[in-house]
Amino acid sequence: MKYNSAFDIIGPVMVGPSSSHTAGPIRIGNIARQILAETPMQAEFQLMGSFAETYQGHGTDLALLAGVLGLGTDADEVPRADKKAEELELAYKFIPANLGFYHPNTVAISLTGASRTVRLIASSLGGGKVEVQELEDLPIKFSAENPALIMYHTDEKGFLANVSRILDANGYNIARLSLERWRRGGTAITLCEVDGEIQPELLSTLQDSLPYLREIRFVHVD
Amino acid sequence: MAFTQLHELILLAAEKQLSIGRLMLTVEAEQSGRSEADVLARMERQFDVMEDAVRRGVAEPIQSRTGLTGGDAFRVHEYVKQGGTFLAPETLRAMAYALSVSEVNAGMGRVVATPTAGAAGILPGVLVYALDSGRYQRADIVLSMLTAAALGLVIANSASISGAAGGCQAEVGSATAMAAGALVELAGGSPEQVGHAVGLTLKNSLGLVCDPVGGLVEIPCIVRNGLHAMTALAAADMALAGVKSIIPPDEVIQAMYEIGKAMPSSLRETGLGGLAATPTGKRLRKQVFGGDLT
Repeated sequence: MKYNSAFDIIGPVMVGPSSSHTAGPIRIGNIARQILAETPMQAEFQLMGSFAETYQGHGTDLALLAGVLGLGTDADEVPRADKKAEELELAYKFIPANLGFYHPNTVAISLTGASRTVRLIASSLGGGKVEVQELEDLPIKFSAENPALIMYHTDEKGFLANVSRILDANGYNIARLSLERWRRGGTAITLCEVDGEIQPELLSTLQDSLPYLREIRFVHVD
Repeated sequence: MAFTQLHELILLAAEKQLSIGRLMLTVEAEQSGRSEADVLARMERQFDVMEDAVRRGVAEPIQSRTGLTGGDAFRVHEYVKQGGTFLAPETLRAMAYALSVSEVNAGMGRVVATPTAGAAGILPGVLVYALDSGRYQRADIVLSMLTAAALGLVIANSASISGAAGGCQAEVGSATAMAAGALVELAGGSPEQVGHAVGLTLKNSLGLVCDPVGGLVEIPCIVRNGLHAMTALAAADMALAGVKSIIPPDEVIQAMYEIGKAMPSSLRETGLGGLAATPTGKRLRKQVFGGDLT
């Protein structure tokens, strides 16, 4: 079920003009920023379909910039996000592209900070609802509406068993769990959504207890 | 519970002897882990944003970011003061309110997507009108927003609320149906009457295409919000009078979904067909973006 909450329908509170072309892209930008988890220095946005046709008039460009700068859907600064990006020395470009078979409102983001680059493809489904389609070329789908952990790790036997054990021991209920990898024993990404709020200590607990865990991110977009 | 079928929602409301709005409230509280008071408080904050957007454009003319549109809410609101209008003055005010929200939206101002930004004028327009009438308390209005939410969830899950996927019928059509249903419940109508309001309203916008000039949420979106606020009020009265949707509301929603799938992509929020492809539509696009229609 894609839409569950009354606030999916009566919401979000947002600056206009389009929930799919403005609010959705802000949320997609927010997700990229949270996964990057550092100040972005370069951003490249590939836009397809309706995004590519109409992004300037809808302020989709401003919205994506606002999103990677960490502004919310209702922030007054969204219409000036391009100025803010310049002030913060974020270099950016927008490129119309055909990304493949996705929802007509889809963007591929490559966001680079001092130590890493995050690449994702995400769609804006309507009414401000978004869904990540791919993360680092792996088919990892999530909305970030529920608190989610993203773990970059080595694919080793027992990894998920340990994750579940630690979450259970700390009182968390797993709402969704998926692992994608390039190859057996190679680099893998695990996405884990839990019910309720995530306490910051959980991240360090997981980091300390899981030897194959390289990096962990917390993603949640209101 | 999953909100996918209106008849299930109506049945459950009857079983629990709750209005659809109250039922939505209990489900929202349960699923989010928040208290009912929290959910209501959060919904009231959404209403505050709606009301601000409603009042802004009637107090002074608002221009869109592109400069293509603006000032119509103010225009209608001033016209009402002259007297001698066809529609009752207070009814026309609901039109001005809906136009105002859509103009605030086009000016990159703050709105609540209901269910989308393109259709964000309709529900606030009729709800602030209801508040102004003095017949309803603010708390009743906030509860009716949960009615609207439940109806929107059913449509979103069994059809679509995206213009890019299902045309304008999915956005403005859905918003009008949500608004009509909310008004019926606000006036004390039964869950069945709420259902009929949804069926009657959606039937009236089946086939409505999303053909905005330049792909922008301006022409015809803004005036469409104003006119559909009138439709929502009329449909609510029709359902309260006892008029039924002979095609059951769930089947109307299904028909809307099928029609949306059959629409060519040029009429689904690409800004390539319909009004967008008229000589004037193309000229205005060029005026905003430079360059030709691709």
